[in-house]
Amino acid sequence: MDYIKAFIVGGLFCVVGQILIDKTKMTPARILVCFVTAGVLLTALGIYEPIVNFAGAGATVPLTGFGYALAKGVEKGVREQGLLGAFTGGVMGTAGGIAAAVFFGYVISLIFKPGDKT
Amino acid sequence: MASRVGRYTIKLESCPAVKGYAGVAGKKEGEGPLAEAFDYIYEDDTCGEKTWEKAESRMQKDTLTRALVKANITPTTVDMVFAGDLLNQCIGSNYGLREFGIPFIGLFGACSTMAESIALASLAVDTGCANVAAAITSSHFCAAERQFRYPLEYGGQRTPTAQWTVTGSGAAIIAKEGDGPFIKEVTFGKIVDMGIKDMNNMGAAMAPAAAETIKSYFDDTGLDPDSFDLIITGDLGFIGSRLTSELLEKENIKLKNFTDCGILIYDRKAQDVHAGGSGCGCSALVMCTHIFNNMRAGNFKEVLFVGTGALMSPTSVQQGESIPSIAHLVHISSTK
Amino acid sequence: MKMTKKEYDAMTKVKSPKSNLVKDMIWAFLVGGLICTIGQALLNMYKAFGLDKVNASSSVSITLVFVGALLTGLKVYDNIAKHAGAGTLVPITGFANSIVSPALEFKSEGFILGMSAKMFTIAGPVLVFGISASIIYGLILWIFRLF
Repeated sequence: MDYIKAFIVGGLFCVVGQILIDKTKMTPARILVCFVTAGVLLTALGIYEPIVNFAGAGATVPLTGFGYALAKGVEKGVREQGLLGAFTGGVMGTAGGIAAAVFFGYVISLIFKPGDKT
Repeated sequence: MASRVGRYTIKLESCPAVKGYAGVAGKKEGEGPLAEAFDYIYEDDTCGEKTWEKAESRMQKDTLTRALVKANITPTTVDMVFAGDLLNQCIGSNYGLREFGIPFIGLFGACSTMAESIALASLAVDTGCANVAAAITSSHFCAAERQFRYPLEYGGQRTPTAQWTVTGSGAAIIAKEGDGPFIKEVTFGKIVDMGIKDMNNMGAAMAPAAAETIKSYFDDTGLDPDSFDLIITGDLGFIGSRLTSELLEKENIKLKNFTDCGILIYDRKAQDVHAGGSGCGCSALVMCTHIFNNMRAGNFKEVLFVGTGALMSPTSVQQGESIPSIAHLVHISSTK
Repeated sequence: MKMTKKEYDAMTKVKSPKSNLVKDMIWAFLVGGLICTIGQALLNMYKAFGLDKVNASSSVSITLVFVGALLTGLKVYDNIAKHAGAGTLVPITGFANSIVSPALEFKSEGFILGMSAKMFTIAGPVLVFGISASIIYGLILWIFRLF
């Protein structure tokens, strides 16, 4: 059951992205910025957490989920460290994803070569 | 000796000849409809080099070498070479041609460079500035993507209006005498900017420039499309050529026997190239193999070749600017 | 040309083919949904290993980043993305692809000035705006806590 919820909700987030790709002149980078910022905003407004509770990975895997992790991290940071936590919380909450992206980017580029699309 | 005709056109009285020509192509182009005409098709787009930029230089080096062999002359006989490409600072040409020892005139006309270089080389020969002048350009899909768009492995979706940068190079050796074809007139275009900002729709950006130059030529010479058995643009693609036809119809010029190098070079359906081919190499490769072969065989007698180029950079686009374009026209004939 | 820019723009819009939105949306839904389902399976697996909710989620992110990075290196990600569009852009695998693809590409300019400097050309804005938004949120939270 939770797989079906993850599939549908995750798929719907992607459909929103697709509408932005096809119907607007927004570049992928702009679309991703919108998604991550929306994730932070919706979490701050208390709207995103219920979606996460309902759909699990269907809400955390899309990039709005990255915004959610940033926002939850900052909530924890402010709770535990006050003003300092406003700065450290977000990055700490997403540390895994960021570190993995940097490291695997490096490792993969060591091993592979770019292809020529033929 | 060259003389001006009308406002923008130049008549080359001595009708300089294309003494030799050659074109080399990448893998995708070698799987396309014109493959038989190409002088060489690389096994893969590295052309045996370590980087895409070096591969593009390699193509230019190979093309000029082959064109010189086919023209039966040595590099020392060539008085000047007009060359350019899409890479920053035109390094495709600079490094590709650095060992030939020919006086080098670097150009930037974006994808109109083949028309621009043939026009200038012909002018040099017609006016006596050169006995032999070479015109060469190239483009490489991978090098262009990484400079103008995205890294190759990036998971982006191409729009239906997007065009595919050709991996290829073409060269023409222009001299007083030769088997032809022959350059009769050239019309240099003005920069035209109709406000298109969409980097994914170059055809639409360049169509007004093509229409403007073609109209100038017909106004200057008093000729019309009936006088030509082929009018071929550089890389307007499917969308740009439709737009050019429509723009000219509004000026009471009905194009006939009209096609585009970007349409000819690929099989649109089988090779999934959306709106067609583009890049300096597109018109260079098509003209310096397929078209010139056909002209020598007498299949096309009077040809108007209109190279088209988009004169923007990623920086100008990011700064919100529109895409200005240019088109240069060369009237090529199979007889003197 | 006797035509205004506006008139030409209108002409261009008529003559330029549009993407097939329905087909694109279906592909995005299916592929995006599939990636999220895989994420859910991983989440359940990590929870079964004993990780708490936050750490399990973090582990899923790391795993999916690895998958996206590997598929990019294997030259497969862009082939899927061609059809899937937002289905591969929106999930965190797309974030990985946008970091690994320039890393791979700009290796030819060396590891320091090329690969590592250019790694964030596409994904950088996500971090800048995401982190900045979180800091603004954090400051607002902190200010509210003072009262």
